[in-house]
Amino acid sequence: MRHILSVLLENEPGALSRVVGLFSQRNFNIESLTVAATDDITLSRITITTTGTDKLVEQVTKQLNKLVDVVKVVDLTEGDHIERELMLIKYKATGAQREEIKRTADIFRGQIIDITPSTYTVQLVGSSRKLDAFIEAMDTANLIEVVRTGVSGIARGDKTLSV
Amino acid sequence: MELLSGAEMLIRALQDQGVKKIYGYPGGSVLHIYDALFQQQEIQHILVRHEQAATHMADAFARATGKAGVALVTSGPGATNAITGIATAYTDSIPMVVITGQVPSHLIGEDAFQETDMIGISRPVVKHSYSVKHPSEIPGIVKKAFHIAESGRPGPVVIDIPKDMTNPTDKFEYSFPKTVKMRSYNPVAKGHSGQIKKAFDLLIAAKRPIIYAGGGVIIGRACEELIEIAKTLNYPVTNTLMGLGGYPGTDRQSVGMLGMHGSYEANMTMHHSDLIFAVGVRFDDRVTNGLDKFCPTAKIIHIDIDPTSISKTVRADVPIVGPAKIVLQDFLKLIKSSKKQPDTQAIKSWWHQIDEWRARHGGRFLTDDSKLMKPQQVIQMLSKVTNGDAFVCSDVGQHQMFAAQYYKFNKPNRWINSGGLGTMGFGFPAAMGVKLNFPDADVACVTGEGSIQMNIQELSTCSQYNIPVKIICLNNGSLGMVRQWQDMNYESRHSHSYMESLPDFVKLAEAYGHVGMKVESFADLEGAMTDAFAMKDKLVFMDIIVDPFEHVYPMQIPRGSMRDMLLSKTERT
Repeated sequence: MRHILSVLLENEPGALSRVVGLFSQRNFNIESLTVAATDDITLSRITITTTGTDKLVEQVTKQLNKLVDVVKVVDLTEGDHIERELMLIKYKATGAQREEIKRTADIFRGQIIDITPSTYTVQLVGSSRKLDAFIEAMDTANLIEVVRTGVSGIARGDKTLSV
Repeated sequence: MELLSGAEMLIRALQDQGVKKIYGYPGGSVLHIYDALFQQQEIQHILVRHEQAATHMADAFARATGKAGVALVTSGPGATNAITGIATAYTDSIPMVVITGQVPSHLIGEDAFQETDMIGISRPVVKHSYSVKHPSEIPGIVKKAFHIAESGRPGPVVIDIPKDMTNPTDKFEYSFPKTVKMRSYNPVAKGHSGQIKKAFDLLIAAKRPIIYAGGGVIIGRACEELIEIAKTLNYPVTNTLMGLGGYPGTDRQSVGMLGMHGSYEANMTMHHSDLIFAVGVRFDDRVTNGLDKFCPTAKIIHIDIDPTSISKTVRADVPIVGPAKIVLQDFLKLIKSSKKQPDTQAIKSWWHQIDEWRARHGGRFLTDDSKLMKPQQVIQMLSKVTNGDAFVCSDVGQHQMFAAQYYKFNKPNRWINSGGLGTMGFGFPAAMGVKLNFPDADVACVTGEGSIQMNIQELSTCSQYNIPVKIICLNNGSLGMVRQWQDMNYESRHSHSYMESLPDFVKLAEAYGHVGMKVESFADLEGAMTDAFAMKDKLVFMDIIVDPFEHVYPMQIPRGSMRDMLLSKTERT
């Protein structure tokens, strides 16, 4: 099962390395990781996506909570939530391909944010599955480069993760 | 307000924290700190001969007293030498504060002389670590470090101090905080009352219960409560390697240690139980044996301060997160106030079964087939000569298991060994750390000729500070536990498990100004050991020649259940 963990931690030097180190040290797997300060600059928020059995994810959550710098941990996938990821993807674009890329990007509500005579760069925001779907929909022969931010997530409705 | 340099603040903060002794080794990055140390009398510094020993001494002080021990080392190699000791303490949840020097801030990251990223290197083996960014932070960091090290599930904390943070000419206002408040660190203070009630119902209804008590009972100072529960209910108690002494070893209700080299009766009782009342344990692989075959009929109540220990390997039916002492007190209240009573008839027949197991294999070893002294006999003699009352600080290997099996600990904090990490070289510095803090107590280092040589340089420290520990070296001329595994699993191909060119330990001890004794026959053992312990002011190195062919039994059969054991070279369950 895929899980999205939201971690609120002290915005201190070394705090991120403790989180990342924990995953490698305990043989847990990280699929994506995003981190930035929150509105309160003393706090950072990390979103980690990981896959594993319920037992493993329970252990991951407990181990994260045990880190002295970690203030709170929530498994967003336990409730209703929204996830978004941003992708920048560059294609070889000449002749008929240019129209094709434009059309597909429109369907996925992406934007072309850089154009040269031979390339298009598309920006796309959505769930990880939507980004995967876009890549699958396009001809991989023309794909030059992909960069994804990793998932950011937030609970729906009144539920919040704060101190 | 007083103005102090960072170095002075560090020493003053340690004083304000109540630290009396620190163990360490100077070097370039900590010279300012050593200068501040020189100009005061309150804290005694013990100069070791290798930084690893400093950490083990601080660790053993903590194991014996429950308070955090303190080590001070320099940057680079000083810090890396301390890592083994930090990892040892981490694995056994021992509170410790390790202060490491660092190169000056402006050189960090430039591969400066004696620079190493201590925060990075130590990260997986510390509970937490701090890097000092400004001298005025030092008192607060020291206060927090001790708080974190000693509370919750204890562990080592590293404070890394760049040299410029201790500069004697940069002075700042000193004030030592009275309390610590951290929004991100709040150890659980109490168990969940609903869970405790649920567990109590299971506990009282059990027909074949066992209390499985670990190091958490000792660290959590919950021995009295544990004993009262066991006595009131008349349930059997088994202790882990780390938990020995948490329940009196000579008491009828003690079935001894459990696990890989646990007693026959402890492992049988565990396997056949219908309820395991686990306190301050972590269902370690050296205890459970094959997880899929672990105690098939038992329901499990698991009490631990650290939620990550619960359901990590074995799923708990009733998990309770909380400090052992407080949780056990809550159980005692329920036991006393509830109308429910244990099923005395069922417990009686359970004891009948346990006593039968005990009679079948109650700690026996063969003494008749060789003229050689058996290592078990030496430990039994040690127990006799010291009235079971000594601090026994063990190294790692066969002698450790024999000490755990044959020395009957009736008090907590007396059995000091590297249980989790299994650090050879731990025993001797540990004994020194204990002896320095308990000068009137008998302190024995049980070791082998392999382990002792991993920190033997500390004989010199013992001369300098007159630390009269007794070294009980079970000398079998080989790395006994390695050899045992090679006998069992590698058709006795003894690949590098022998010790050639051993020193003359008697002369070696004498060279450092200590007393050396060599004992080769059992007939001489009692007299020699009695003499050794009578020499209160002398370190005595007893080089005791024992049977090299002896194996540690019982031994669980790998991947089997708790009850699958080899009982001797020829018998199995």
